[in-house]
Amino acid sequence: MRELPASGAHYRACFKLTMKRTDTSNPEYFHKVVDCQWGCPAHTDVPEYIRLIAQGRFDDAYMVNRESNIFPGILGRVCDRPCEPACRRGRMDEKPVAICRLKRVAADHRGDITDRLPLIPPEKNGKKVALIGAGCASLAVANDLMPLGYEVTIFEAQSVAGGLMRFNIPAFRLPIEVLNEEIAYIVDMGVEVHYNHRIESMSQLLEQGFDAIFVGSGAPRGKELKLPGRYDSENVHIGIDWLESVAFGHIDAVGENVLIIGVGNTAMDCCRTSLRLGAKNVKVMARKPREFFKASVWELEDAEEENVEIVVNRSPKEFVVEDGKLKGMLFELMEYTIENGRIQDQDVIGEEFVPCDDVVVAIGQENAFPWIERDLGIEFNPWEEPVVDKVTFESRRKGVLFGGAAAFGPKNIIWAVEHGHQAAISIHRHCQGESLTDRLPVTLNLSSRKMGLHEWSYSNSFDPVARRKMMHVPLATRFSELGKEVELGFDAELAAQEVERCLNCDIQTVFTDSLCIECDACLDICPTQCLTITSNGDKEDLVKRLKAPVVEHEQPLFVSDELKQTSRVMVKDENFCIHCGLCAERCPTAAWDMQKSLLNFPQAIDYVDGNKSGEHPCQKRKAG
Amino acid sequence: MSFIKRPKFDLPGQKLNEIGLALRDYEGTMSTLCAGCGHDSITAALIQALWEMSIAPEQLIKLSGIGCSSKTPAYFVHGAHGFNSVHGRMPSVATGALAGNRDLIGIGVSGDGDSLSIGFGQFGHVIRRNVNMLYLIENNGVYALTKGQFSASADAGSTSKKGEVNQMHNINAVATAISMGASFVGRSFSGDREQLVPMLKAAIAHPGCAVVDVISPCVTFNNHEGSTKSYTYTREHKMRVTETDLIPVRSEITASYYAGDTYPVRLHDGSTILLRKVDPDYDPTRRNNALGFLERYRHRGEIVTGLLFIDQNVPDMHVQSRTVDTPLKALGFDRLNPGSEVLAKLQQGMK
Repeated sequence: MRELPASGAHYRACFKLTMKRTDTSNPEYFHKVVDCQWGCPAHTDVPEYIRLIAQGRFDDAYMVNRESNIFPGILGRVCDRPCEPACRRGRMDEKPVAICRLKRVAADHRGDITDRLPLIPPEKNGKKVALIGAGCASLAVANDLMPLGYEVTIFEAQSVAGGLMRFNIPAFRLPIEVLNEEIAYIVDMGVEVHYNHRIESMSQLLEQGFDAIFVGSGAPRGKELKLPGRYDSENVHIGIDWLESVAFGHIDAVGENVLIIGVGNTAMDCCRTSLRLGAKNVKVMARKPREFFKASVWELEDAEEENVEIVVNRSPKEFVVEDGKLKGMLFELMEYTIENGRIQDQDVIGEEFVPCDDVVVAIGQENAFPWIERDLGIEFNPWEEPVVDKVTFESRRKGVLFGGAAAFGPKNIIWAVEHGHQAAISIHRHCQGESLTDRLPVTLNLSSRKMGLHEWSYSNSFDPVARRKMMHVPLATRFSELGKEVELGFDAELAAQEVERCLNCDIQTVFTDSLCIECDACLDICPTQCLTITSNGDKEDLVKRLKAPVVEHEQPLFVSDELKQTSRVMVKDENFCIHCGLCAERCPTAAWDMQKSLLNFPQAIDYVDGNKSGEHPCQKRKAG
Repeated sequence: MSFIKRPKFDLPGQKLNEIGLALRDYEGTMSTLCAGCGHDSITAALIQALWEMSIAPEQLIKLSGIGCSSKTPAYFVHGAHGFNSVHGRMPSVATGALAGNRDLIGIGVSGDGDSLSIGFGQFGHVIRRNVNMLYLIENNGVYALTKGQFSASADAGSTSKKGEVNQMHNINAVATAISMGASFVGRSFSGDREQLVPMLKAAIAHPGCAVVDVISPCVTFNNHEGSTKSYTYTREHKMRVTETDLIPVRSEITASYYAGDTYPVRLHDGSTILLRKVDPDYDPTRRNNALGFLERYRHRGEIVTGLLFIDQNVPDMHVQSRTVDTPLKALGFDRLNPGSEVLAKLQQGMK
């Protein structure tokens, strides 16, 4: 008289209303568990480098970063940090790990890593590539193509390389030395850079015999605010142009009262730069309420810490100029009806005059291609944007590619770097006469982190410490010189505390169905109740029976095969897993194991035959 | 055992019970038992049952003797009272504690060695006296702390991990308890949480000594082929004869509960144990029927599980002793010890 399966389960099994085993061999599954790496456009292996920092292996941590994001020192200061809002730690105790600032720790404390940079073959492969603009996208392309033997030429309109990283980001956020050093790593690979060489005509460039041309000219045109009085005074500036002039030293002063129009990250740079040029009273004028601001939260905080006033619900109406002198600006006072986080309606409820000496307009920027003739086969859409393939980054004309802000409008540095990686693959494929769309798959390697019975080769204990605060230069001395870096970086103690906050999401819980004896030990020990053994069913039904309710439906759900003894399934909601390894520690049969997921995102070098086993010119990691 | 601390979080979507506590508030310290031990699973079932019943930690006393099983009280409800006594002597200490404070909810955790060998005498008497407590036997069939010798509950013919065959007949904890006049006897399996949790709840609510024998595989010494207390063997040979559910005092019992062979056992405090017969031949209210059934299936090597016997009308220790309703500990020294004059007077009356 044995127990039969419950009738419901039996019915579902008959009609196949059950979930299949989750395919964890698909790299996407474990990649998605590593929220930061999933969030990073360049897929930086964040937990890996944080562990290396914890071990004091700063060079290694730097190289892990460089492999995917190329500019660890720069990005450790000014990255847009898509990883941090994604960070699992933020779901556990509100604040994410300070991933970006830890990147800076790796960069600041590294030794000489020049011997670990990609190796450049003395013999070239005979293919020539032109890159337009020496910004982050072009530099990324150069970084990936030089080790393959390409002859790379960059044409830069300015006298120095760096693009927006140099001209639009003030030195008090990104010191010149850091910028120069990381750009030099690439330029010194033997890239031929033509400075002060603005490309005026694409058709002329096409005639020069390059095998491929990459347009990485950014989005250099600041958006205009065409209101009455705009051109009546010299004291109205366009944000990115103004920042560029400051960077070059052409502008070294500003009036006492400054208004900044717009609340993006450029606006934050403009208001803080004003304070360093002598402004006493800086107001950022925003059209909408705070929840609609485009600037990153931390950039707003940094500006407000410097006593910048952010004024909301002010829509610019007119520049008030008397006798050629700017007196101030007239604003409409706005009122909004907001429902479910969206503006439903708006009303003008009055007007306000705000006196000022200078106005900086920072309401966005766009790319512009007056220098590309429209009869070359490079297509443009009705908004004058180039038509670019989202995977290959090739335009409609073969061999001409776009990347960074030039391709899809302004985003950020880390996106531009990823565009560069992808465009480099396309350029290589194009030059070798291979298909651009035929791309290598992402691969996954898992390796156990078990050291002993209850020992893992990573710090698996949950550390409840709160996010460490970044120390800043005191306000009193901050404005003394334009290039004084505000953030001091984490010292050894702060860094040591912050690294322990990382949950090691890349150390995956890997389940071997056939080993499970259903003793429930893992279910009972799991501190977040993310494991359940239950009868199989369709997803909707299964989710109802989980120990803890599913709160993030976007997070992956693991479902095992039917288990040997009872035909039930092991289910794991990845959302709150803190990768503490307790399930694996309490498992008597090692059905659970903690394994590092090393993902390989193919770069141009991976397309070169014979490089898979031999010496890797990019000196890329082979194991995590 | 693990070296790291098990972290605690307040997670979104976390449920609280009637007294505002989360499930994890009913935990104790980290278990130091072997990974995969059935005992840990039983601990988790206890935590679940106590949380669902909204029992206040300070209302609970946990008692145990010696053995792997007797470490269990450390692993649940760290805010409760506790006593880790001498080997096999947990029933005496429990009797004393619950005599002094009848308002306490007593949970004694014992093992097959602690109850069926060294403490066999005490086991019988706590049942006879019907002390109001849950008497939990975590039954793995081996002396695991001394490296896996057969215990008194090991089945004849089963083998040790080394291959030695057990010659002696076992002591059947549930049959022994029923024959000694127990008022509540159940058997379950550590790997069957769905059955175990409601049974523990019913046992805690039952006004008398509720013996629950839980087959709890020892992963280190008794989970091999040839064992009759392994995960695999138990899953293959267990059969449910009854299903249990506890309906708390405040809930309304609707007619739908009475479908089929379900009937209610009303307890004095107003709560109800719902019993459903899975096997129509089994009657958990008749002692001789239950014993005969158990004996028949023991010969077939089947493990009968469920609520096996219940008689909610057996008087418990306090009724038998006609003690006052107020817990003795609340009476105050004057009333408990009225002095030598009163004693002399009493003795005078007996002459």
